[in-house]
Amino acid sequence: MSTLVDSEPTTAVPTRQPRVSASKRRQYGAAYVLVLPFFVIFVAMIIVPLVYSGYLSLFKKRLIGGTSFAGFENYIRALQDPLFLTGVGRMAIFLVIQVPIMIALSLFFALALDSGMMRLAKFSRLAIFIPYAVPGVVATLMWGYLYGPDFGPFAQVTKALGFGPPPFFTPIGMLFSIMNIVSWAFIGYNMILIYAALRSIPTELYEAARVDGASEARIAWSIKIPAIRPALLLTVIFSVIGTFQLFTEPKLMFSLAPNVIGTAWSPNLYAYNISFVNQDANYAAALAFLLGIVIMIVSYVVQLTNQRRERRS
Amino acid sequence: MSAITTDARPAEAETVGRRPARKPTSWLLTVFVLICVGYFLLPLFWLVVASTKSNADLFSSFGLWFANFNLFENIKTVLTFQDGVYVRWALNSVFYAVVTSVGAAFLATAAGYAFAKYKFPGGTALFAIILGAIMVPLAALTVPTYLLFARAQLTDTYWAVILPSLVTPFGVFLMRVYAADAVDTSLLEAGRVDGVGELRIFFTIGLRLMLPGSITVLLFALVASWNNYFLPLIMLNSPEKFPLPVGLAQWASTATGGSGSQALFSTVITGSLLSVIPLVVAFLFLQRYWQSGLAAGGVKA
Repeated sequence: MSTLVDSEPTTAVPTRQPRVSASKRRQYGAAYVLVLPFFVIFVAMIIVPLVYSGYLSLFKKRLIGGTSFAGFENYIRALQDPLFLTGVGRMAIFLVIQVPIMIALSLFFALALDSGMMRLAKFSRLAIFIPYAVPGVVATLMWGYLYGPDFGPFAQVTKALGFGPPPFFTPIGMLFSIMNIVSWAFIGYNMILIYAALRSIPTELYEAARVDGASEARIAWSIKIPAIRPALLLTVIFSVIGTFQLFTEPKLMFSLAPNVIGTAWSPNLYAYNISFVNQDANYAAALAFLLGIVIMIVSYVVQLTNQRRERRS
Repeated sequence: MSAITTDARPAEAETVGRRPARKPTSWLLTVFVLICVGYFLLPLFWLVVASTKSNADLFSSFGLWFANFNLFENIKTVLTFQDGVYVRWALNSVFYAVVTSVGAAFLATAAGYAFAKYKFPGGTALFAIILGAIMVPLAALTVPTYLLFARAQLTDTYWAVILPSLVTPFGVFLMRVYAADAVDTSLLEAGRVDGVGELRIFFTIGLRLMLPGSITVLLFALVASWNNYFLPLIMLNSPEKFPLPVGLAQWASTATGGSGSQALFSTVITGSLLSVIPLVVAFLFLQRYWQSGLAAGGVKA
């Protein structure tokens, strides 16, 4: 990264020393003035909340005697809390199933668009990407109504055929129903990221293979995919972070299937309910902290596995 | 993190640079992708169809085709229900989106420029800290941010939604890469020789050269703000400060709650459609910006 910073012009002639340092001082001043507004808000909105909730998480509200220092009690409680652990486990299952499917489809569409073998490529690219512009709330409402037993078209069809409504809102069905909403919303976004990376591969890399008669599929597998590894890794990490933070979808699905979603379908929903329904800020802070740590560990593991695989190949 | 050149126009580059001779069309591939396109458009098609139906028709007619055309009555209900609170939410959404996206883009541009164009004490360390924050899960940070705002008695204010959205560490990263490339240091030197002040140089030269990059950051902050639900939900109590997603979600849960409020379904659906239109239209018209922006993000990171 450091190579990006332009090297300073070498104007340090000894006799002009004072003037140069005055200009340098002006430059320092300007740099701080330009960085400061961002950095102040950055500290106030990211660092301070982290520190403050770290502090809060070490206290506990007692029935008698108000709030008192509790050490790691909240964390120990969270690590034994079946609701929190089930939520994290559910997100892990979600991650293992949904993220590979989503990334594979995004990659497939990006390769198809990049292959130059498709008609209507521009239209398809736009149509697949458009869900990204739809708010998560609206996406969930739409799919929720589509799934719904009342006027959802799927239920209308199965009812007309003499069956009951499809199992979209059963405990296991809900997992897949929400996976579908997330995939619908983000395949296009990931596709565009991957597509952009594909376009930046120098053509020479695979023109030779093409001349040698390699098929497009072969070129995609052996040349294009290895070349866009960093972009793929980025989409995977963004997806990992996104998955563990799921909130909007389960929060809105709650009104359609309260018993299936409950209070802790996802860890973020649980932290929200703990802080707003139970009014337990201390425990909510500990949950948010633990969730952040889980996310960092998982995305670190993803990067590490990738590095190891890269070294091997 | 390998930085290559920043190209603000890959969307057009397509026609000029790298698309080699057209290869024979694969109809199998085309048809398969178009079927998938159908999946992506299906919910939006349903949304359009459902918006034209009265509440009774929603339940009695097939979901994926039109019944009696009731769109204008639905729109009227959306705009007048609860004393026209929907209009208020829409205005709030616009306000939040404009303020946070312009603010976030400007802050990221200024900081990115400084990191790229000045070598100053502590600069590397500050940048490393900001870079580290890209991986901080922002939604996991929402509850902590709320706790802090509650302590400072800033909840249920416009600030509570705006301030946390102004910070885009990824935007700073993008703008630094962009500035390193788009702003020629010799231009800045020329300005200095002419005795122009450093900040003036930024505002007259730097800002202009970085504009395409800034617009990209602005666009993404705009989408993030327009679509954000968790933060405003948690921070706001008064309906007159809600943005559209929070308001719509509230209507939706009232609708599902039943008991005489069933008539709300068509209102929620039409309200959803109206809330989607501005961004979809913006994306159609600003294609080259979001495509280049994502390109920059994907290639660089």
